Parts: sequence; C-alpha cells; structure tokens
Amino acid sequence: MTADTEVPPIVDVVPPIVEMRGITIRFPGVLALDHVDLVLRPGEVHSLMGENGAGKSTLIKALTGVYSVDSGTITVGGAPRTFASTADAQEAGISTVYQEVNLCANLTVGENVMLGHELRRGRAIDWRATHAEAARHLQGLRLSIDPRSLLSTHSIAVQQLVAISRAMVTDAKVLILDEPTSSLDRDEVDQLFAVIRELRAAGVAILFVSHFLDQVYEISDRITVLRNGALVGEHLAADLPRDVLVTEMIGRALDDLDALSRTAHRPVDRSGEPLLRAEGLGKRGVLEPADLEIYPGEVVGLAGLLGSGRTELVRLLCGADRSDSGQVAVHGTTIKMTSPRHAMDHRIAFSSEDRRGEGIVADLTVAENIVLGIQARRGWARKIRKSEQDAVVAEYIEALGVRPANPDALVGNLSGGNQQKVLLARWLATAPELIVLDEPTRGIDVGAKADIQRKVSELSAQGLAVIFISAELEEVLRLAQRIAVLRDRKKIGEVDSSEIDLDGLIDYLANEGKGSAA
Amino acid sequence: MSTTTTEAVRVERPTSRVETFLGRHAAMIPTFAAVIILIVLLAGAEAFLRGDFITARNLSALLLDNAYLLILAVGMTFVILTAGIDLSVGSVMAFTGILGAQLLVSGQPVWVAVPAMLAGGAAIGLLIGVLVQYFNVQPFIASLAGLFLARGLAFVVSLSSIRVEEPAVLWLQQTRFRLGDWYLTPTGIIALLTVAVAAFVLHLTRFGRTVYAIGGNEQSARLMGLDVARTKVAAYVISGFCGGLAGLALTAYSGAGYPRNGIGTELDAIAAVVIGGTLLTGGRGYVLGSLIGVLVFGTIKTIISFMGAEQSWMQIIVGALLLLFIVVQRVIVSRSERRR
Repeated sequence: MTADTEVPPIVDVVPPIVEMRGITIRFPGVLALDHVDLVLRPGEVHSLMGENGAGKSTLIKALTGVYSVDSGTITVGGAPRTFASTADAQEAGISTVYQEVNLCANLTVGENVMLGHELRRGRAIDWRATHAEAARHLQGLRLSIDPRSLLSTHSIAVQQLVAISRAMVTDAKVLILDEPTSSLDRDEVDQLFAVIRELRAAGVAILFVSHFLDQVYEISDRITVLRNGALVGEHLAADLPRDVLVTEMIGRALDDLDALSRTAHRPVDRSGEPLLRAEGLGKRGVLEPADLEIYPGEVVGLAGLLGSGRTELVRLLCGADRSDSGQVAVHGTTIKMTSPRHAMDHRIAFSSEDRRGEGIVADLTVAENIVLGIQARRGWARKIRKSEQDAVVAEYIEALGVRPANPDALVGNLSGGNQQKVLLARWLATAPELIVLDEPTRGIDVGAKADIQRKVSELSAQGLAVIFISAELEEVLRLAQRIAVLRDRKKIGEVDSSEIDLDGLIDYLANEGKGSAA
Repeated sequence: MSTTTTEAVRVERPTSRVETFLGRHAAMIPTFAAVIILIVLLAGAEAFLRGDFITARNLSALLLDNAYLLILAVGMTFVILTAGIDLSVGSVMAFTGILGAQLLVSGQPVWVAVPAMLAGGAAIGLLIGVLVQYFNVQPFIASLAGLFLARGLAFVVSLSSIRVEEPAVLWLQQTRFRLGDWYLTPTGIIALLTVAVAAFVLHLTRFGRTVYAIGGNEQSARLMGLDVARTKVAAYVISGFCGGLAGLALTAYSGAGYPRNGIGTELDAIAAVVIGGTLLTGGRGYVLGSLIGVLVFGTIKTIISFMGAEQSWMQIIVGALLLLFIVVQRVIVSRSERRR
C-alpha cells in the first residue's frame, strides 16, 4: 500500500456500512440529540456509551426508524436513507434486539424467529419448512431448543438469543443490541458473547449498549461516548483507559465517590433508644425470623445475593408484606405494621425496587410526583398552597440534580436515573425519620448513582436513618456504617463496614456460618 | 482468527410426551374444556330426555338456528385475537338485513342487494378500525359508536319489518341437502365455510399470524416490522363483513328484515368466542373454538326450550359458564407466566 500522505490514526480497511452524520432530534422542550455522528463498520463491535439520558436510546431509535430525525443524514451502504418505520430499517439490513425482549410470548419460538418471513407453499405457510428454517437459525447460535415450544416457557436469556436469531433471518448487516446482558448471568453472557464474536467474524456490524464496563471492554473494538445528547468522542477500545471513559461519560472526575467513603465511616451514636427495632421478624417460606436495629443518623446496608431475603426483610419491616412472626418497635413502642401507609404514619418511607411498578407515576410531571409525597403525609383533603409546592419542588430538583431541571416534564420521559431521583425526592418530601431504599441505583448511570449516594450520605449526617439495599457490594460498603448480611432467606450476621473490605464481605456472604470458611 | 467456541450448548431437558404437547399447546386447553362441556351437555340432555335429544334432526337444526351467530363469532374472533372488541356486530346485522330487504323490495336484483349488504357491514367495520388504529380510540368506545350508528341507520331504512319474497334469498334457508335424517342448509354451509376460511387465514397466512402477534404484544409486533396498522384495521373490517354476512343469513332464516333484530347479539357472539377458549386479552384462541362455543350456546338454548323452562335460565347458565371459563383462562395465563 502506498503511504504518500500521512497515515490517519484509524485505517478504514472496509468502508462503513452505516454513517450517521449531524443527527439532531428535538423533543418538546428537550434537545435530545445535538449533531451526533456515529459510524458503524462491518466486522466490528461498536459500543455506545453514556449515562442515562445521554441520548443512546434516542440515537438507536433514529437508526431503526422509530423516531424521525430533525436534521442530519443517515447513510446505509453508501446510499442516503430515511426510515419511516422499523420495517424500513429492517429492509435496509438493520435489526435491533431490545433490552426488554420484544417478541410475542404467546407464539412459538420458531414463529417468533420467522414472523413475517414464514416460508410459504402457494398462499399457505409451510409450517414444517418454517420451523425447520427456524431451527437452522437457532442452531446457528448453538441454541438447540424445540422451535415448536412456546416462547413463554423459556428463560429471558434464551428469549434474548431467540431475538438475535430473528435478526439473523432478516439477513441483518447491522445488529443493534440494546442492553442485552442486563438480565443474564455470567454463563449466559459468555454464550451471548461467543455468538457476537461469530457474527463479527461473519462481517456483521454490531452496535452494543451496556452499563457494564467490564463487558464493554471485553467485547468492543470501538467505543463512542455520548453525554447530554452530544457526541463526546469515538475511540478504539484498546486505546481508551477506563478512567478516561468514565470521565467522558459523566463529565467529572470520580473523586466524588471516594470522598463519600470517608463520610461513611463517621461514628454513630448507638447509646440511646434505636429508632426502629425488629425482633424475630419473619414469614414462613419467605424469611426466617431476623433481628434488626437502626439508630438515627445511621445507614444500615443489607448485603446478599438476589433472593437472599434482603428485599423480603424490608418489605416485612415496612408492612408491604405481612409478617407472621416477630414484632417491630418504633422509638421503643411496639406497633403492628400493616401497610406502607401505616409505616408512613410512623415516618418510615419505603422506596420499592420496582421503580416503574411501585414507584413513580409516569404520566404525571416531576412536580406532581414530588408533591404526591407531601400530600400523602398531610392527607389528601388538605390543600397545599401552590407557592409552597413550587418551593419544595424547586428545592429537591436542585438538591438532587434532576435533569432536565424542569418541574413540568413528564416523569415517564426522564431517564431511569432521573426517575429514581424524583422518587427519592418524593419520599424525602414526606419528611421521614427512616427511609428504606431498595436498589435505588439499579440500572442507572454512574453520575446519577453518585448524586444519589451523596444525597444519602448527606441526609444521614443530618440524622436521617437509612436502610440501603444494593446488589453492588462496593456501594453498600461505601455508604453503610453497618451491614446486615443475608443468605438463603436468612440473616446470617452483621458486620461493621470499617472492619471489612470487599473481599472480606464476599467471603462472609459466601461462607459465614457454614463451618467451611476457606 | 480462531473464534473461541464455547461448549455452552443449550439442550432442553428431556420431557415427557405430554409435557412437550402442553408446552406447545397450552393455549388449546380452554378449547378442549369447551369440547368436554359440549359433550357433557349433549349427554346430559340425552339422558334427561330419555334418548330424544341427540337426533339427526336436532343436531342439524342446531347449525341452522345458529348459523348467523356462528358467522358473527368468526368475525369477533379476529377482533378479540388482536385484543380488541367489536360491540357493533348485532346492530350491523340488523342494519344490513333491513338494507338488503329494502333493496330487494324496491326491485333491486340479488346481485346488487347482497354485495351492498356485505359492503355496508365492511364499511362500518372499516370506520371502527380506523377509529381504533389511527385515532387511538379504545375498541370498546369505537365499536359502541358503531353499534349506535348501525342501529340508527337500520331505523332510517325502515321502522318496521320488511318481508323478503326473493326466491334466491329464501333458497338459502329452505333448501335442505339431506343425508338420511341429517340435513344442511346453504346458510349452514356459508357459516361452516366462513369458519374454514377463517381457520385457513388465521393459521396459514402471514396476515393471520400477525393478528396473533398483535394480540400477544402489539409493541413487539410493530418493532418486528409487521404491518400492525393494516392488520388491525382489517380485523375490524372482517368483523363488519361477517356482520353483513350474518345479516344475510338472518334475513334468509326469518324471511324478513327487521330493524330491531340482533339487540344484544354482539354479547352472545362474545360469549361464544370466550367459551370457545379465546382469551379476551388477545393472542390466544382458535376459530374452531368459537365454533364449539356457538354449539355450546345453541345446545343450552335448545335444552332450555325442550325442558320448557324459562328463557331466563338460558342467560343464567351462559353467565355461569362464562365465569367458569374466564377463571380457567386466568389460571392458564398465570401458570404460563410463572413457568418462565
């Protein structure tokens, strides 16, 4: 090859299959994407990174024809295209597998793979040939399941792979995987990655979106970073150090989080009466009787794997589920906790892990969601003055850094992290003495996580008691002074977070009380 | 480059034949239940009436008497499979019936009157479908509007009954293709043909599978690149068309068009579809199930009149059956949701 001019840093051996240039999309009141470029090349895994609300989903939806672009060009295979629908995009060879599997659970696996592309003999669908063809595509992903079985009888991981098989039927040249690993375990992720590598070897351009940095680095060749609807940069994955990536994503240094760890080890006064004391609290088949105490100004973390009983314990504590043994005392007075409403009367706020189902009201605005909290405390018949509402709402939007900082934005349009902030604001507006946060940081981006952690830490310093649940043990260690450890629906002990590190906690969680500590 | 091929091949665990069958056909269980109920009803009536019930004459009459309901139920199945509902069909049947009668009386030939009836039904279906799909009106409300509209139009055509003398229409009803004591009328043949065509369309065409996909998850169907809009509108058009066809069958059956025909018949059709095992939430069910549902419905009606009991018992029994079936369906759905 002649190198008569300067060699560019990235040599494009093959021309790009997709070129998006200057993509701009406006939503009412929000500039969702501002002149963003994205280039996908055949045989490459390209990760799209950014916080929630950075514009990843919007960009993907622009490419798949769900949204139309206000300005900018999309070129596929050298020809400029405008997509009016997902069908258009699929025809151009762009297939998408979404985070929440978008298949039809009422149909068979084979049909889900082949829907719209069934093989026909004359006018009628030839089911035998169609299912055989589906089986062939499934085999291509080394998935040997009965194509005639109902999709709903398979795990989410298998459904995810079925969705990819479907993309292969349409002979996709571009495969978009939007958070495909969020509900998969490690083995399933390995299986998915093996499939992705094969597709890459076959020359498919893959756009990969994930919150898991490890996975992004494991699979990506190239990384594009977005922030607040704007392009930050495109890099080769091998040339991009992690701290640079994180800094580009959140736009600020990670030192914030380290600073938090110091406040977490603030001593707690446990001499007086505990704010809440649970004794022998349990429910048959759900949780073995457990004790828990929490003092004002203390953050108690619950550590345990999924299904260990951590969520169950707080649900019993707050009356979301009824216990059949034990008792709960608040300020030394034994009370029967029958509902979250009842818990709220005792100034205990419970923020469920199911953010969409049991948390925010997506059809109301940010302001309305926050005001719901105040209203719940005062009783619905008592009117709250508008000026008072506005003041409270503005205060929380500011304190938690809700983006967009618009009290009239519909909560359903906010990103996951910002929804969580609104939810937190709503519970804080009830002026609780104890707030129970079940997985407040799940599925949200680093920046929002830091905001929420900072706020929790701040509030506890002011005397609020917090029970904090997270699947991320680092987070629990960073925030909580004391950690209650659960395993197999049983509380197995408590540790002081200043006396244990991450490895110690994992060891404790895995081995304590089994008599077989390594 | 040597791709790392993991050995993680997913093999399904060995299952028994029964389990495999249930895994594939859980949606058929309610329909099987309907077949069992039909058999129990027939056997019970036979025992109670000492062998006077299961006769060729009675069973032939069952199809003849319920041909119009069967046609409506077929159209309704399409709509319910898309997770919709069509309340207009009873009124559409009355409207197209009286329209046809009026056209024939005013001297129009059959080949004008009958297509006009079918087109009238389809047009009202189209209106409802467009409201549902493009104006995002709930199917309940959109088809309620269709119900009032069609009923009003029926009264506009005529306030009283119009007798039909046209031989071609009466032929549909009076002709008996006999085989021993068994017989089949052209209306019965039309109804059975409707079932056959619908079964073909639903199970062996892409359009039919799209109907199921929409009922399963409309959002997914759209993201899969299926033509959701056209399919949904078409489901209502089919239902409206079946309303027109039922109008023809009923006009032949009663020998007249009458604007008060079919008040509440839409609910009978919905009941038959649900008893036949189609889920009101869409995506699961069979048009053959709707045939069974109509036969169950018709059998109950016949038994009540044989026993000389109050007609109100008819409604009580159908109500009880509906409750039973909705509970059965609920159980099946929640079971299949838990199995994942």
